[in-house]
Parts: sequence; structure tokens; C-alpha cells
Amino acid sequence: MQTTTSETSTLPQTVEVRNPGMALDLDWVMRATANRSAIERRAATLGGRRSIKKDYQAAWLARAISCIDLTTLAGDDTPGRVRRLCAKARQPVRADILEALGLTGLTTGAVCVYHDMIGTAVEALEGSGIPVAAVSTGFPAGLSPFHLRVAEIEESVKAGASEIDIVISRRHVLMGNWQALYDEMQAFRAACGPAHVKAILATGELGTLRNVARASLVCMMAGADFIKTSTGKESVNATLPVSLTMIRAIREFHDGTGHRVGYKPAGGISKAKDALLYLALMKDELGNRWLRPDLFRFGASSLLGDIERQLEHHVTGAYSANHRHAIG
Amino acid sequence: MSVSEIFDSMDYGPAPESAGDALAWLVDQGSRFGHFIDGAFTDPRDDFESRNPANDEVLATLTKGTAADVDAAVAAACKAQPRWEKLGGHGRAKVLYALARGIQKHSRLFAVLETLDNGKPIRESRDIDVPLVARHFYYHAGMAQLMEEELPGRAPLGVCGQVIPWNFPLLMLAWKVAPALAMGNTVVLKPAEYTSITALCFADLCAQAGVPRGVVNIVTGHGDTGALITEHDGIDKVAFTGSTEVGRIIRRATAGQGKALTLELGGKSPYIVFEDADLDSAVEGLVDAIWFNQGQVCCAGSRLLVQEGVADDFYSRLKRRMDGLRVGDPLDKCIDVGAIVDPVQLQTIRDMVDGNTEGETYVAACDMPEGCFYPPTLITGLSPAAPLMQDEIFGPVLCATTFRTPYEAVQVANNTRYGLAASVWSENINTALDIAPRLAAGVVWVNGTNMFDAAAPFGGVRESGFGREGGWEGLMAYTRDAAKPKTRAQVAPHKAGKAGGDGIDRTAKMYVGGKQARPDGGYSRRVWSKQGKMLGEVGLANRKDVRNAVEAAHKASGWAKSTGHLRAQILYYVAENLSARADEFAHRIDGLTGKRGGKAEVEASISTLFSAAAWADKFSGEARDVPIRGLALALREPTGVIGVLCEDAAPLLGLVAPMAGAIAMGSTCVLAASDPFPLAATDFYQVLDTSDVPGGVVNILTGAHGDMAGTLADHLDVDAVWSFSDPGLAKRIEEGAAGNLKRTWIDPRPVGDIPVRAYLEAATDVKTVWVPYGA
Repeated sequence: MQTTTSETSTLPQTVEVRNPGMALDLDWVMRATANRSAIERRAATLGGRRSIKKDYQAAWLARAISCIDLTTLAGDDTPGRVRRLCAKARQPVRADILEALGLTGLTTGAVCVYHDMIGTAVEALEGSGIPVAAVSTGFPAGLSPFHLRVAEIEESVKAGASEIDIVISRRHVLMGNWQALYDEMQAFRAACGPAHVKAILATGELGTLRNVARASLVCMMAGADFIKTSTGKESVNATLPVSLTMIRAIREFHDGTGHRVGYKPAGGISKAKDALLYLALMKDELGNRWLRPDLFRFGASSLLGDIERQLEHHVTGAYSANHRHAIG
Repeated sequence: MSVSEIFDSMDYGPAPESAGDALAWLVDQGSRFGHFIDGAFTDPRDDFESRNPANDEVLATLTKGTAADVDAAVAAACKAQPRWEKLGGHGRAKVLYALARGIQKHSRLFAVLETLDNGKPIRESRDIDVPLVARHFYYHAGMAQLMEEELPGRAPLGVCGQVIPWNFPLLMLAWKVAPALAMGNTVVLKPAEYTSITALCFADLCAQAGVPRGVVNIVTGHGDTGALITEHDGIDKVAFTGSTEVGRIIRRATAGQGKALTLELGGKSPYIVFEDADLDSAVEGLVDAIWFNQGQVCCAGSRLLVQEGVADDFYSRLKRRMDGLRVGDPLDKCIDVGAIVDPVQLQTIRDMVDGNTEGETYVAACDMPEGCFYPPTLITGLSPAAPLMQDEIFGPVLCATTFRTPYEAVQVANNTRYGLAASVWSENINTALDIAPRLAAGVVWVNGTNMFDAAAPFGGVRESGFGREGGWEGLMAYTRDAAKPKTRAQVAPHKAGKAGGDGIDRTAKMYVGGKQARPDGGYSRRVWSKQGKMLGEVGLANRKDVRNAVEAAHKASGWAKSTGHLRAQILYYVAENLSARADEFAHRIDGLTGKRGGKAEVEASISTLFSAAAWADKFSGEARDVPIRGLALALREPTGVIGVLCEDAAPLLGLVAPMAGAIAMGSTCVLAASDPFPLAATDFYQVLDTSDVPGGVVNILTGAHGDMAGTLADHLDVDAVWSFSDPGLAKRIEEGAAGNLKRTWIDPRPVGDIPVRAYLEAATDVKTVWVPYGA
């Protein structure tokens, strides 16, 4: 699969040719299985198999930052709050630390907000190359009228969001209505136009890993650019077993179609150590190509703080404190 | 590389575990070790070196155990045993608990020493070996505590001689030492010459944990030191884990010595992947199956059987996964595959793989370090006859073939001399649970591999050995009946009198495959009463009669699949029909023996048949509490074809008791009737004929036990030989048993003293089926 430098995006990084999707292949979908106990064993032993230390750890943590969708999705968001977050996205780590690491200019992967905050964010990030992502389609439950959900996407794209995080209708998965899921996803993708679409599966509400595997395939067939675990609002969000299931689906889709789809675990990832584990999982299961922000994102709000402390520790040798780092 | 360069390359860097503390411990010990005998280290001699296979550095020099060393160790163990036994269950439990805690407190020291000495990745010694060691001591602390209450009438065997391999040095020590100590035995243990250091560190721990002197003795050395231990007169029980070749040598060397023996030997375990399996998980499972401990695992899933329709897909996923394996410094925390234990083993692997001319060989495209390492290798397209499909490689080499149907999967899987473990991957519970019981293996993992726990019995069938480690079954190998056994009297045939009988000539035939059979050799022998009256004539079985009977017993193997309920009904029916002819049999017995015990013997036979019938649907397996979400089922499976040399003095009970015990659980049998008094047995087949016993389930031969014992013991398709006959035959039987490592049971007691349960234990092997689950 050849990669090209995107001409429409302002992203500085190389991006993938977009997944055009394919016809729904139900045979393929129904073949997908996921053995929970085996997947859990693999996930549980990963941490013991992969250890990243010293300079490597610092570099990997910086890589994690470059893949963070720095997020605020709260009812009390205000323009001020969003501008502060955007400033943090531009300068995620204290300048002196980045300088010591030789990584001046490091930014997060994107900023992720609700529709009403898109304008503020776009303005605040102007010239930074950092894209604005918006959650959409009646986030988080996705149960508003279908035409409004489509319209919401269109509005958000118009407002300047270059990435749209949609939520799927969980009931389509729970009822095995794969055609409906496919149609819905296809409509959302069409509504996104040039904006990249991330399909949030809300895996914590899908019941089984097999459902996660099948829903992943259907969304990719319908043209998702990314598949994403969670809204962050379910009681269970991103986990390693769910991630393993989804990224194996991504691998299988790539094997079958030649198209690379991105992965975004979201919710519950708050420790630097967890971030390393996710990166190792991506590297081992999918390869280095999936360690770039065009194919991998963390949906996280508090992860960055822990990484900042670890990086300062790496530079100074002394354990750090929260108040030594700017809040976002 | 700078941070910003790594930011782009996203390589894994080095993540070494420090060897500092472990190396310092070695230096503290002088880097030289003697044996640990009677609670103290002996003066070290520089006889051989223990090396780190990853960098060839010498870790320590060790002492080779001489005959005098072994004598001293056995003497110390003998002296310590009575007091250790008398300490009681609770007293021993406290010591085992202290050992478990000690292992945990020094877990990193043990893990690093193990990795230094063996070459296995630190992840494995840290996350798998050492935690399992601690678990084993905890579990058996509990067994010591419960012994008096739960195992009434059981006593320790005495001094156990234990010889363990180099692939899991400390874990195999734990598997051997913990149950032995829990039951009140003392031990003399020899670690493998490549990997003695953690055993010596354990010896150090024993001294700290309050293990009384002499209870644990460690003697280092090579195979000849091991032989000095296993063949030593003062040893009551031999436990060995290692190669089938050495297991056979031990079986022969200890034949007739009256030692209890358990052998955990090699394997060529099948790893079966059905088309409906979670293929990615099955691929990942192979990493734990054949690239765990560099494939130097007796139960490694080394024979991959993939359903043909998904084979190409599966192989390509597997090759990609292989390319991602990281081979290198075992102390690196980011390594999947470490060093091969010794250059000698590396050469063995090379020779075997290089000698293969079949199929396609794929070598993982991973970075290979210099030194004693071997790359993960997959060989596809091998025929079942290929040596690599049959012989244990004991290295990171996976051999693969395909199958079409579940039936064929079982057929290919069981086409091996071994029978240690098997894995079955299918998302279909019907497929998985149908296949698991049909595999010739002591352990079956459904959708998993290499799961171990102290509560789950582990051990093999066929040439993978016998005996179980772990669970209640494991304790049977370290205890005996507490009662001092009464030894049965030997009887001789009565003297010949005057020939000629009343009425029509009646020659008792043998009973093979549900039909009466004339002896192949065409020779018969007269049977006389005490008074010299001729009672009849019986055929003399020769080799071919034994062969025919074994063949018939195999043909009746469908009996194993019958329900316990059905087997119970048939046994009751045999009892009913015997009861109807009780007087006739009593008369016959009295006539043969010249005594008056016939009536009682018939009654005892009927009662034994009832007991066996009663057990037939109750001597079942059970679920074990293992620390996974899932089931570990310890199932009782019939041993197979059992040859029995029946007790001479009890013409009927001597035949009926082992027969009932054998067939109650689904085995079939070849019974060599009482040598001097065979006519009750030949009358008895009429009872069998009228009781719906399927032909071939029970086969009865008459003739000289001395002639039949060797043929049965040598027969490679007989699974067990029991002897309640001349004790002088024990050596011949146990030597012959080495051929296919069949189970042997030589019991000195009169059969009337042997509880029915003992037959059932001997007529079954425990198969542990692990079924992890999760929606």
C-alpha cells in the first residue's frame, strides 16, 4: 500500500490513502471469532513480555503524546476551557524538557471537543497543524433522529472539524443487524466528506468480544478511517483484550483489502505505563506503521499529565510533581 | 541512538534485568558447591562447571556425586525419615509453608539464577516458573495439613530418589519435593548437570526454613550419579522426569527391586486447530506452546495439525507472528525466546532439523544473536512417517501437517508412541469436548496450552510415562497403604494320580474374543485333585495365544465408550449368574484346592462383582480448583488392555477380582488363570457368556505364568500388566514393561485383601482436561 502526503490536510505527517470501504461481506463478518480467554491471556502477559526503558521509554512516551487526542467532553466546557486545552495541545510538555529530549515542537495528535466548541478550537489551533476532532451523531448514546445525526456531522465539518468521531447504534450489533450497521456507517462516512471518520463502537456495551470483532469489520467495510473503542462514558472503556480484538480485525481487513485503518482506544488510559503497553501491542500485532498519529490515537484527558511527570523524571532523575506542569 | 531518533524508529531498546544480586550470591557461596547432605553442604570439589548458555560464562563449579556421596545422602534421608513422618501433618505443613514463603521472599534471586543457569527468558522464570514453585509448596502445605484427615490408612513410602531435568530446574524440584515431603517422605534429589544452581539455592533455603537435617538432600552430578540414586538399595521410591530413553533405562534397572516408580517422560504433543477456531489466538497459543522455554518442554505443542481448508491462512498468520518474536539475551525483559540450554542440545536440534528432507522449512525472520541460540522454525508439509513428526526435537521447531475431519485429526494426533499433552482449538464446544477424551494424552488443553497448576494432575500415557504430579492423584505416588501387607502363600499343583475320569471327556478351552479357543500349540496339561484324581485337562497357552487374546481385547475397545451404568448392569448380571451356580463353583474350588474355602470364595467373588458394579458409575472424575476462569477436569480414563497374572491360590476370586476391577472402568483384560488350579476360570467363561459381557472384553488363558509373563510384559500393545502370581516374575515383568513403558502392578497381598478401589485406580489413568472459557 503506498502512502502519499495529503494535499487537503494541514497535517505535517504522512497520511494513508483513505479506506474507500467495500461491499458488506457477511460471510467474512460471520467468520470472525474471538476467544475471550485466549485473548485475555495474551493481553495479560504482554506487559511481562515487553519492557521499554531509559531513552527508549522517553522516546516512546513522546510518541504517545503525538498520538493523543487531547479531549474535553464535558457539559461545562466553555471557550476559555477549550482555548486552554488547545494551548496544551500546542505545548504538551514544558519547553525545557522537550528541549532536553531534542523533541522541540512536539504536539498532541489532535484536540477533541463537542460540536459547539469546534470554532473556538479551530481558531485556537490555527497555524499549529493540529487537527480538531469533534464527537458527533448524538454522542454518546447515538439515539437522536438519524437525519439529525447526519446533519450534525455535516455541521461539524462545515465548522472546521477535520475528524469526526461518530457513535454507532449499539442495538444493530446486539441484534445482529449487520446490514443496518453497515448502512448507518456508510451514511456517516459520506456525510463526513473530506473529514476523517472514527467509528466509536462503545465496546463496553457490545456484550462479547466476538461482537466487537464483527462490528469492527462491518465499520471498516463501510469506510471507517479509524475504529475506536469507547465514548469514555460507558462503564467499561478501552481495555487490552478489546484492543487486541479490534486491532486483529484491522490486520485482517488490511490483509483482505490492502487498506490500513487506524485504531483509537479511548477512556481509562491514564498512566504512562499503560500507554507504553498499548504502543507495544500496536507494534507487535500491526507493526511500526501503526505507531503514527495517522493510524493511531489515544482518546485521553489525564494521560498527558502522567507522561509529563515521567519525562521530567527522565530528564532530571528526580520524581516529578503535578504542579510543575501546566494544566490543560 | 538519541531520543529523537528512537522517536522515529520506535525500536525496542535493551531492558536488562540486573544479575548483580544473583552473581553476588554465587560469589558468597564461593562459586563452588558441594552436595547438600544431612542439612549441610559437603566440601566442594571442582568436578564440573555450570555455565550460562547465553554467554558461556562459568557460573560455578560443582561436585560430581560419587557412590560414597550417594550412600551418605541416602543414609541421612533414611535416618531423618521416621522423625519427619512423626512430626505429623501440621508440623510438616508449617515447614512447607515456610518454604513457600521463602520462595516468594527470594523470588527474584531464584528467577535470575534460573535464567542465568538455564537460558530461559527472565519473563518465564519470573512470571511462570517461580510463581508455580511457590504455588506448589503452598498447595502441598495444605496436603500435609489434611493428610491424616483425608488420607486415612496411607503412609509415606520412605526415602525418595528423585532425578529431574534441566528444562524447568526449580519447578521440577518443587513438583518432586513438595508432595514427597508433605506425605512424610524424605528425599535425595539430583538436579540435571546443566542446571544445578537453583536446587543448591533451594538447599540453602531449606536450612533457613527449618527443614530438619536429612529431610532434603541434594546430590549434584551427571547421569551416572542419577543411576547410583535410582538403583540404591536404600531408596523406596524413584521419581524421574526426563527423556523416554533414560526412563526406559531406569525402568529396567529398578525392575524387581520393589521400588515404587513414576516416570514423566518425553512427548510429541499435537496442537490441533479446527477451521472454526479463533485463528489469531491459536497462533498466539503456539508462541506459548513451542516457543515457550525455547521449545525445551516435554509437553510442548510440537506437532501442529491444522484443518486443511484454513491451513494456508493459518501458516501465513503464524509466519508473521514468528517474525515478531524477539530472540536474545535471556535476562532482557523484552525477549520472547532465550538461549538453548547447552551447545550439545543446540547441536542435537541442528542435526535433527538438518537431517530432514521433507516439506518446507520456514525460519523466522528475526534478529539472531551470536551463541547458543536457535531460531523459531516451522516445517510444514511433513508426512506422518517423517522422523520430525515422530521424534521429540526439544527445541523451538514446530512441525505441521493437515487433516480433513475431526476423526482424522484424532487419528493423526494419536499416531505417536507418546501421550503427554494435546491442545484443541475450536470455538465449537461440541467439537472440542468430543475430541478431548479421544486424544491419547494425559493432559488436554482446550483453546489454550501449557497451563499448569498444583491442583491439576500432570503426567502421560503410553511412552510419555506413568504416574501423576499434582492434585490428590499426585499423592498416591508418594504414599502406600499403611497396613503392613500380608504376603500371599505360594501354592503348587497337586501331584499327578491315575488318569481317567467319569463319563464323557471334557477339555476346558481358553476363552478369547468371546469364543472358546484351542491352544495354538496343541499342548494340554492335566489337572489333579489333592487326592490324585484327574479333574480335567487345560490347554497351555503359548505366545500366539497371548497375541490372539491381546488382539481380541483391543477389538473390544468400544467397551471404553460404554456408559458406567451399562458396565455396572453387566457386572451385576455376572454376579447374578455366578450366584445361580454358586454351589457348583464352590465344589469346583474345593476340588481344585483340596480345601473347604470354596463357598466363601464364591461369596467373596459375588461381593467383589457387586463392589465393582457399584463403583462403575461412581469412580468418576472431578473438577479441580485451578486459578483460571475455567474448568480443569480430572477425568478417569480406562488404561486400555490389561494383562493379569491371577493369584494361584484363589482359583475364582483371583480371576474375578482383577477382572471386575479392570472392566468396571472400561479397560479390557487378558487373564492368565491360576496356574495350578485353572478349572474354575474355565468354568467361569460360561458365566460370562450368559451375562452379556461383550466378546473380547474378558479373555482367559490357561497355562504356565512363567511362559505368559514375558510375552505380556514385552507386548507393545498391552497397556498394563498386573501380577498377583509368583513374586519371582516381578523382575521379568518390569524389565519387559520398559519396551512401551506399560504400567505394572506387582502386589504381594492375597487378592482378598486388596480393596476393589485399588483395582480401579490401577485400571484408570487420570486425564486432565483444561477448559478455559469466556463469552
